[in-house]
Amino acid sequence: MLQEYLPVLIFIIVGLGLGVALLGVGSIVSPHRPDKQKNSPYECGFGEFESARIPFDVRFYLVAILFIIFDLETAFFFPWALALTEIGWFGLLAMGLFLGLLVIGFIFEWKKGALEWE
Amino acid sequence: MAEIRNYTLNFGPQHPAAHGVLRLVLELDGEVITRADPHIGLLHRGTEKLAETKPFNQNIGYMDRLDYVSMMCNEHAYVRAIEKLIGIEAPIRAQYIRTMFDEITRILNHLLWLGAAALDIGAMSVFLYCFREREDLFDCYEAVSGARMHATYYRPGGVYRDLPDNMPQYQASKWHNEKETEQRNANRKGSLLDFITDFTERFPARIDEYEKLLTNNRIWKQRNVDIGVVSADRAKQLGFSGPMLRASGVEWDLRKMQPYAMYDKMDFDIPVGLRGDCYDRYLVRIEEMRQSNRIIRQCVRWLREHPGPVIVDDPKVAPPKRVQMKDDMEAMIHHFKLFTEGYCVPAGEAYAAVEAPKGEFGAYLISDGANKPYRLKLRAPGFPHLAAFDEMTRGHMLADGVAILSSQDIVFGEIDR
Amino acid sequence: MIMGLLEELPAFAWILIKIVAILIPLLLGVAYLTFAERKVIGYIQGRIGPNRVGFRGMLQPFADIIKLVFKEIIIPVRSNRYLFFVAPIFTLTPALIAWAAIPFAPNLILANINAGVLYVFAMSSIAVYGILIAGWASNSKYAMFGALRSAAQTISYEISMGFALVGVLIAAGSMNFQDIILAQQGSLLNWFFIPLLPLFMVFWISGIAETNRAPFDLAEGESEIVAGFHVEYSGVSFALFFLAEYASMILISFLLAILFLGGWLSPFEGIPGLDEWFAWVPGLAWMLLKVSFFLFAYLWLRATFPRYRYDQLMRLGWKVLIPTTIVWIPVVAVLVKLNVGPWFS
Repeated sequence: MLQEYLPVLIFIIVGLGLGVALLGVGSIVSPHRPDKQKNSPYECGFGEFESARIPFDVRFYLVAILFIIFDLETAFFFPWALALTEIGWFGLLAMGLFLGLLVIGFIFEWKKGALEWE
Repeated sequence: MAEIRNYTLNFGPQHPAAHGVLRLVLELDGEVITRADPHIGLLHRGTEKLAETKPFNQNIGYMDRLDYVSMMCNEHAYVRAIEKLIGIEAPIRAQYIRTMFDEITRILNHLLWLGAAALDIGAMSVFLYCFREREDLFDCYEAVSGARMHATYYRPGGVYRDLPDNMPQYQASKWHNEKETEQRNANRKGSLLDFITDFTERFPARIDEYEKLLTNNRIWKQRNVDIGVVSADRAKQLGFSGPMLRASGVEWDLRKMQPYAMYDKMDFDIPVGLRGDCYDRYLVRIEEMRQSNRIIRQCVRWLREHPGPVIVDDPKVAPPKRVQMKDDMEAMIHHFKLFTEGYCVPAGEAYAAVEAPKGEFGAYLISDGANKPYRLKLRAPGFPHLAAFDEMTRGHMLADGVAILSSQDIVFGEIDR
Repeated sequence: MIMGLLEELPAFAWILIKIVAILIPLLLGVAYLTFAERKVIGYIQGRIGPNRVGFRGMLQPFADIIKLVFKEIIIPVRSNRYLFFVAPIFTLTPALIAWAAIPFAPNLILANINAGVLYVFAMSSIAVYGILIAGWASNSKYAMFGALRSAAQTISYEISMGFALVGVLIAAGSMNFQDIILAQQGSLLNWFFIPLLPLFMVFWISGIAETNRAPFDLAEGESEIVAGFHVEYSGVSFALFFLAEYASMILISFLLAILFLGGWLSPFEGIPGLDEWFAWVPGLAWMLLKVSFFLFAYLWLRATFPRYRYDQLMRLGWKVLIPTTIVWIPVVAVLVKLNVGPWFS
């Protein structure tokens, strides 16, 4: 069973290796002539006013939280989807209940305006 | 607790949507623009000051370079101001040619605008389609003046020369064989007027093409409808003109209100918007292209039937014929004087405005009786539009800012002067 | 122990050969996808596209690669040096290793794992870290905007993608790609895009959004935030992002073909006459044909549509796509339970 995952592991190593190798080759063969202007962060040709790292919009956190909730739901759905033929109508209805709760939560969010951006 | 600050962001001049060299300092709350501060002057070339150091007729070339997308319209305003001061009138055929080229210029400008606005909103194909048509119009410029952009074709008292009887041809190359070249030259066999007629017949279908891609496209509508709304009253207060004003619902067009050249003889309509948003500005400009096409057709029809002089027969203002110069001493002297020290213009002041594609482009000329302007003030339509940018963008998102900016049809040549 | 490893060596070597056999065509595919993009969009726009390097410009991608390799890698002064360097690798690696579980033709698969769907899904999700790290490490406002937009967009569309996937899993009853394809056997009518049409559309749209491609290319939004998260990257480090983007485009196209269009199955299956006629066509060819269709659609969309605005994109994801999937999952479940034919009988 786990045997089948061995190629995956090797692939991960090769994939990482490929990225590192390409970057390595690039940094060796490419010139390196830094100067002040060239190395300044891009801000359309003018010096930046302030650091880019200031607190940003709270809505991004909201999206992240919603994502975690929904992604967890998806994770619950996966095994259910596979076992649907075996768990019969009871399983279907149970998941229907679960989905119903999810939908209620979703409607709540919608009405609360958590999905609005402006 | 940390103080809540807004992001201050430099937008431009090194930015794909800065339309040249606009620098915007944006204050952002997340992605919402709370304040936009346009910084201008990066393309300042001192045109108005330069004009004071050159004879009147040598300044025409600078006018092309103001709004470098609507070249001949700028020339028109300046040339008309000189004509007002001297008190001459261009021959009727020249007036028709000017009208026709003003409209060709309008289409040139609106095509560039449409392409750039679509590109800013992400529809990049439209940009190249627009340039395909612009190419033909540049050929018209080239045919009459030899230059594809900065024509210097309008002169005080008329235009530089009559419309040519043949068009420049493509030549076969490594990339286009004989047969292809033959096809490309198919509509260049006749005179310039034939070429323009051919263009006016093709063009409406091309506009339909752009409209097919954009007008009813849901994404295009979502990005444009109700963005950057300016009410009719506010638009007047802000000094808007041209399509910006008309999109807000004010029926104001110098071609109708204060007709110049041959516009009073032309049959055309002025499109007017209802809401004053980016989408209306788009629709107004699209319709203006169709109307321009109509005007060009009328001009072509008249020009075919009425040959005649295209510049006043006054050697003090217009250069003599080349042939005449060869054996006429006086003509030679006139030519020399005209192109070295120009002519003196009676003291006084004059304001001449034309309905340039972007709005009212005006030239205010003061003469103290010398051969150079005492002062030249240019009214650039883009300037008040850009000044309203802050008001129009407040509360919109960054991407809307880009859409609004491109809907204003900003060109820095005229704003910075 | 050492002896044991030595015995395993041929097996290792064989796996490595297989990996190389996947990676090289993949990288070539990426190279020529960039070329195809420039050509296809060129022709759509009435241009001819690159035509100078090699026969009809065929060597253009290699010229691009060579140019990028010899370009200076600029590291902005106020960036986090190491994160800045690592970010492209973090983006590229997941885009590559997801291919381990993709079947190209019957039994032509590197790792026939039974949770293949989950694995690929996980790998495509990890890629967002690379983008986030890149935007953060650059310490530039445009990069930061791009990274934030990209992160929010990717995770939002991942939900609808996941839900669409649930529908497929219900229909196929397996998480193994081969089984999913085999579940669509029979005829063209059995392919999942018919019973799962809404999910197919949702998955397709989400896939385009996941790969940050037009009309959802807000993370790079040329005319708004210039190049977004990779604005500070140059040379090879930029090339890696590029590579990753195109590799994921091909990956999404493969997923679409496998999950909804029957993978390597012939469209003439079950049609007497035509079935035998086309029997000689290998499964791989059908697969690549379907993939090419989706790849072409990517380019087509890019040449046609304007770009969404940020909030509109989020609205589409949360208020249109997710509700669609939530409605269709129970429908599919009931269809499967009732053995509605021809798909689930």
